[in-house]
Amino acid sequence: MRAAGAVLRKDLLLELRTLETLPAMILFSITTFVIFHFALGPGTIAGQLAAGVLVATLLFAAMLAINRLFVAEREQGGFEAFLLAPVDRSSLLLAKVAALFAFLVVLEVIAVPAFAILLLAPSIGPGLGGLVVLLALVDVALAVIGTLVSAIAVQTRARDLIGPIIGLPLLIPALIAAARGAAPLLATHGHRFPSGRWLAILALYDVVFALLSYALFDFLLED
Amino acid sequence: MATIATITAALVLVFFYAPLDSDQGFVQKIFYIHVPLAIVSLCGFVFGGLLAIGHLRTGDRSWDMRSYVAIHMSLIFGIAALVAGLIWAKASWGHWWVWDDPTLVSFLIVLLLFATYQPLRFSIEDPERQARYASAFAIVAAAFVPLNFIAVRLAQGFVHPRVLTLTGGNLPGSMRLTFLVSLAGIALLFAALWKYELAAKNARIQLRRLRRELLGEDAVRPLRRSAAPS
Repeated sequence: MRAAGAVLRKDLLLELRTLETLPAMILFSITTFVIFHFALGPGTIAGQLAAGVLVATLLFAAMLAINRLFVAEREQGGFEAFLLAPVDRSSLLLAKVAALFAFLVVLEVIAVPAFAILLLAPSIGPGLGGLVVLLALVDVALAVIGTLVSAIAVQTRARDLIGPIIGLPLLIPALIAAARGAAPLLATHGHRFPSGRWLAILALYDVVFALLSYALFDFLLED
Repeated sequence: MATIATITAALVLVFFYAPLDSDQGFVQKIFYIHVPLAIVSLCGFVFGGLLAIGHLRTGDRSWDMRSYVAIHMSLIFGIAALVAGLIWAKASWGHWWVWDDPTLVSFLIVLLLFATYQPLRFSIEDPERQARYASAFAIVAAAFVPLNFIAVRLAQGFVHPRVLTLTGGNLPGSMRLTFLVSLAGIALLFAALWKYELAAKNARIQLRRLRRELLGEDAVRPLRRSAAPS
């Protein structure tokens, strides 16, 4: 746990000092909202369309962070240093998942209000609580699968290509659950809370892939 | 031999025994090819994942070869199933592709995921690492197959005819028999092709090693980089 904390602290400090990934993700998502505005035509959107635009934008913004997640380790020899240290290898996984999760939360704190201002027709207020719960579960899925995919892709030659083509199909079920679950929250006179089955699917998805990553991560570090 | 016999029997049953479907007519016969192909390729993907577990547990590269061949074969079977399904969909529903059918959509997602298996292998140069990473990917992807089907099915209604349900589906007896024989035939075909491909790949590796020993290192051209284990 202490090792995981140290790596996490290193990652967050690095991001705070260089400001490489997060501003790019935020800018990317706001630009994407503008693009969707012009691509879709109408001034404001609601319901399923709004949920789809929001979730797809967050997914692609997350891809930016996923592509860069292990780049510092790879380029500066952090993998070797980590393997030399007498700590459990899973702590690197834990730290990276936590770092990615933190990035996504910061991104959403800015991107969701921006989305509500720029594109959303109904007020976001009533469904906000449900949306937060839903997005938290989506973030776990993105963080876990993103870390796993990133760890695989970073060792390949074409890592910027391999990351998305593996990651996107793996994330489609989470995307389905998120988009369907968020649709009634963003509708005019919508619900306050997403239906339980989408939360259940997301939770199941999170648990299964968290266990899988935990089991497989050791093999991805071995050298 | 068993494969040839079963497939012949299946074809005979398909064309001479199974009754014509009352509202789809002759086109419905493609069902006896399409559905077994799809089922066998999905099982093949999961089988590849299980073999990959064997590789990571033992560290023995021959498991990786088995897993690679299984996934490779399943991809071919899966694409064949998809094409057969498109033809059937056009004939019976009037469209090449229908989005509101969960089985179709989940199958496409699984196929898209496994289609990245080869590019992933190809872009890792070190053979040992290639095998390890490919196995990790195969395990994740195999676990993804059932999860994906659950998620997509919940998202949509039912259009696809359910063939293998717990209650036995709604096929009349003669069609069910034909279907099961076809399924067995395709499964045996998969197993036979898997064994042949494995034998061929291993023989090629053996041959290279022998030639290198007999003729010296320089006589054998180095392999081009490939997605296949070597």
